[in-house]
Amino acid sequence: MEKEIQESDLEFDEAPRRVSSWKRFRRVFFGRKVVIYGVVVISLLVITVIFTPLLAPYDPYTTNVRNILAPPSTAHWLGTDTLGRDILSRIIYGSRNALFIGLIAVGFAATAGMLLGLIAGYFGGIIGAVIMRIIDSIQSIPMIMFAVTIAAFLGGGLQNVVIALGIALIAPYARLMCGQVLSVKQNDYILRAKAIGASDFRIMFKHIVPNCFPPLIVLMTMQVGHAILSEASLSFLGIGIKPPAAAWGSMVSEGYQYLLRSPQLSIVPGLAIMIVVFAYNMAGDGLRDALDPKLRGTL
Amino acid sequence: MTAYLIRRLIQSALIILFTSMVVFTAARFLPGDPALVYVSRDALVKASPQQLEAIRHEFGLDRPIPVQYIHWLGGVLKGDLGRSIFFRTSVRDEISKALPKTLYIGSIAFIISIVFGMPLGIIAAVRRGKWPDTVTTFLANLGITAPQFWVGILLVLVFSLYLGWLPIYGFVSPFDDLGESLQHVILPVVCLQLYPMAAVARQTRSAMLEVIRQDYIRTAWAKGLKERQIIIKHAVRNAIIPVITLIGMNVRNIFGGSVLIEKVFNIPGMGRLAVDALFSQDYAIVQGVILVTSAVVVFSNLIVDLSYGWIDPRIRQD
Amino acid sequence: MTVLLEVKNLKTQFNTEAGLVKAVDGISYEVYEQEIVGLVGESGCGKSVSQLSVMQLIPTPPGKIVEGEVLFEGKDLLKLPENGAEIRAIRGGKIAMIFQEPMTSLNPVMSINQQISEMMQIHQGLTASEARKRSIELLAEVGIPAAESRIDDYPHQFSGGMRQRVMIAMGLSCNPKLLIADEPTTALDVTTQAVLLELMKDMVERFNTALVIVTHNLGVVARYATRIYVMYAGRVVESGKTKDIFSQPLHPYTIGLLKCIPRLDEVRGRRLVPIKGLPPNLVRMPPRCAFFPRCPYRIDRCHKEPWPPLSRVRAEHDVSCFVHMEGKVSGLN
Repeated sequence: MEKEIQESDLEFDEAPRRVSSWKRFRRVFFGRKVVIYGVVVISLLVITVIFTPLLAPYDPYTTNVRNILAPPSTAHWLGTDTLGRDILSRIIYGSRNALFIGLIAVGFAATAGMLLGLIAGYFGGIIGAVIMRIIDSIQSIPMIMFAVTIAAFLGGGLQNVVIALGIALIAPYARLMCGQVLSVKQNDYILRAKAIGASDFRIMFKHIVPNCFPPLIVLMTMQVGHAILSEASLSFLGIGIKPPAAAWGSMVSEGYQYLLRSPQLSIVPGLAIMIVVFAYNMAGDGLRDALDPKLRGTL
Repeated sequence: MTAYLIRRLIQSALIILFTSMVVFTAARFLPGDPALVYVSRDALVKASPQQLEAIRHEFGLDRPIPVQYIHWLGGVLKGDLGRSIFFRTSVRDEISKALPKTLYIGSIAFIISIVFGMPLGIIAAVRRGKWPDTVTTFLANLGITAPQFWVGILLVLVFSLYLGWLPIYGFVSPFDDLGESLQHVILPVVCLQLYPMAAVARQTRSAMLEVIRQDYIRTAWAKGLKERQIIIKHAVRNAIIPVITLIGMNVRNIFGGSVLIEKVFNIPGMGRLAVDALFSQDYAIVQGVILVTSAVVVFSNLIVDLSYGWIDPRIRQD
Repeated sequence: MTVLLEVKNLKTQFNTEAGLVKAVDGISYEVYEQEIVGLVGESGCGKSVSQLSVMQLIPTPPGKIVEGEVLFEGKDLLKLPENGAEIRAIRGGKIAMIFQEPMTSLNPVMSINQQISEMMQIHQGLTASEARKRSIELLAEVGIPAAESRIDDYPHQFSGGMRQRVMIAMGLSCNPKLLIADEPTTALDVTTQAVLLELMKDMVERFNTALVIVTHNLGVVARYATRIYVMYAGRVVESGKTKDIFSQPLHPYTIGLLKCIPRLDEVRGRRLVPIKGLPPNLVRMPPRCAFFPRCPYRIDRCHKEPWPPLSRVRAEHDVSCFVHMEGKVSGLN
C-alpha cells in the first residue's frame, strides 16, 4: 500500500553543511604561511611609518663626521653611513617614502587607468582605439625607462616620481577595465538597463565597475610592490628622491662605493626593499587565491 | 593567416608611431626650453635674444608642433635620429655602439630564463605540494621581488670582492676575447635573468596546474600513457600558450633591467646611455633610445603573437 | 560465458570541504565477455566514480579507493602498483574508456591522427605510418566521411557527435576486451544520440568487446543492454536482465524511475509521476537504506536496520529492499 510522502519525512536527510564564503575566504587567504608573513610585514611597515619618530633612535639627517662608516655597535645597531648618519634611523625614515609612494602611485594609476579603460571600452570607436594604442605604446617602453624619463622631464623630486610612476603603472588597469566593459556590454542586463532608460553613466558605475573589484584589488596589491621597487630603482639611479633624504634606493647607491669596507650600507636597505615588496606580493597572491581561484595564472 | 599578419604589422607600426608621438610631445612639453633637445643649456644661457631666435628657427621650433613632428619623423625614417649634444656624434652612432652590448647580455639572460624557468615551473606543477614545488615557488617569489640592482651588488660583493673569481665590471666584446667576455658577462646575466626566469617559472607552474585538471589529460591517462609522455606531449603544449605571452613581456622587462644592471656593472649599453643622457639633458639621445627600444619590444611582441598561430591550431582559423 | 570483470565490494571515498563523501559504498557487479551491461542511476549516485575506480583514474589527494577487489581476467587491478607498467598496459589496451564531454575530452592542440595513433604505437608497437593507416580505417568505420583528409584535422574542427565517434574509434583502436562508456551521449542532441548508440553497438559486436554503458537514461539501456545494474547513493539496489527489470521492476527506486518516463505502450493521458524529494547528501549518510525518505512503500524495518543486502528474489534478479525480503510484494506492481 502506497504511503503518502510527507514533507517532514524528507528532512530525515540533513542538508549539506554550507561553507560560508567569508569563512572560505579566511581559510584560503590565511592558509598559506607566506601570505600570513606578507600581512604581518605590511602591518609592521604601517606601524613603522606611523610611529617613525618614536622608533628611530636618531635623527636621520644629523651628520657626524667624526663617526663615519662605523660598523654595527650597540650605539648604532647598523652602523653609520658616509656622513656619520645612523643607518637604522635612515632605514626607518625611508619606510615612509616606500609606503606612501607605493600607495599614492598605485592609487593614481588605478583611478586614472580604470577611467580610461571605462571610456575606451564603453564608447569604443576612435576614442577607444586611440586610448588603447597610447596604452600599448606606453607598455612598449620598459617601465623603468619610462618612469625615469618622465621623472627626469618633470624635474625629479618626490612629487614627480610619484606622478611618473603613476603614469607608468596605468596600463594594466586600463586593459582590465576595458576588457570587462567589452565583455559586459554584450550582456543582456545592460540592454535591459538601457531599455528602462538608465543613463550611460549609471550603467557604467552600477553594473560594470562592481564586477571588476576582485581582480582590481589583487592587481593593486601587487602593483604596490612594483611601485616600491621602481621607486627604489629610480632613487638608486639618482633620479627622484635624492640624498640627504632617506630613501632605501639611494642608500644602496651611496653604499656601493664602500662595498668592501662597509657592505651593510648597501645590503641592509636593499634587504628592506625586498622584504616589503615580497610581503606585498605574497599578500596579493593570497588575495587572488582567496577571492577567485579562477584568476590563478592570469595575474 | 596572411591577413592576420598584415593586420598585426600595421598595428605594430601604429604603436611605434604612437610611441614616437608620445616621446616627441613629452620632450616638447618639458619645463624648460624645447631647444634643449638641440642645444646645450650652456649655449642657451649664453645666447643673446637674436641668437635664440636663430636657434629656434634653425631647428624649426617656431613652427607648429605637428609640423615639427612630421619633420622629425621624416628624419627618423631616413635614419637620422638627431645629434647628441655631448658626444658630438649622431644619435644613431651612439645607439649603434650601445645596442649590441645590451642585446648581447639581454639575449643570454632571455634564453636562460626560458631554458631554466620552464622546466622548473613544470616540475613544480607536477610535484605540487611536495618539496620541489615549495622550493621552486619560494625561490621564484623571491626572484620577482628582489631588487635587481641590489642582487647585482650582492653578487659583486661575494664573487668579485670576497672570492675574487670574477671581474667587477667593464665590458669585453665576445669577438675580442670570448673567455674574458664571458667572465665579465656572467654576473650581469645572472642578475638580469632573475626576474624573467622567476616570472616564467611561476606562469608555467600556474598554466600547467590549469592544464592538468582538464578532461583531455584524464583521457590521456585512460589511454595508458606514461606520466612523462602525458606531461610532455599532452600537457606542456597546452600550458605553453599563456607562457608565451609572458615571454614576450620579458623582452620589455629585460630592457628595463638593463638600465639598472648597466649602472651596477658599468656596462656602456642602452640603459646607461639613456640614464646618462637624461642627466646631461641630452634629450635627443633619450628620444632615440626610447624609440629604438620600443621598436625592439613591439617587434618581439609581434613575433610572439605570430607564434600563437603556430602553437595553437584553434587560432589559425582566424 | 566467461567472466571478464568482477568487481567485489568496491568502496571509494572523497575528502571534501564539506566532509567525507562515500561516493561508492560497496558495489559488486560482473561483466561477461562480449556482453553489454548497463549501469543506471541519477547524477551523484556514484556510477562514474565506480568506473573511474576500475581504471584507477581517481585523483588521489581528495579521493581514495578504500576497499574492494577489481578482478579483470582474474587479476586484482587494485593491487597493481599505481601507474605502473601493468595497469598502463591494461588502460587503453585491455580496458578502454570514453567520457561524457566530447568537447573537452580531446587534446585541442594535437591532431586526431596523433591522438589515435599514439595508442596503437604504445600498446601494439605499430610504427607511425602503420598506425596512421589503421587510424584512417578506424575513422571510416565509425562513420566519419572523407577519413583520409580529416585524419590530420584538429578536434575543434569536428562537431560534438563527430568527436564522440573519434573517441569511440580511439577506444576500440587497440581491440580492448572491455569498453566503458561513461554517459557517452548525454552531451549530444537526441538524434545524434540514437545514431551513436547504434554505432557503438555495432562496433562492439564487430570487435568482440564487452561494453559497460553508464547512464541516467533508462531509454538508452533498454534497447542496448542485456543486463542492468541500478545504482542509488553509491550502491547497487537492483540488478537483473533488462527485460525483467522493465517488465517487473522490484526496487521502489526503479519503479519510481519507470513511472517518470512516458512509454509508447501505455494509456494516453497518464500522468508522469516524479519521485518526490531530492537525491541524498552523501556526507554523513545514516546507515539505513538511503532511499527511505523518498520511498512510498517503506516499512518499519527500513529505518531501523542498516541498508538491506542484495538478495535474489527471482531468477537472476536481485534487489536490495526489505519489503521484498519480507515477501510483502502485494503493494508493488
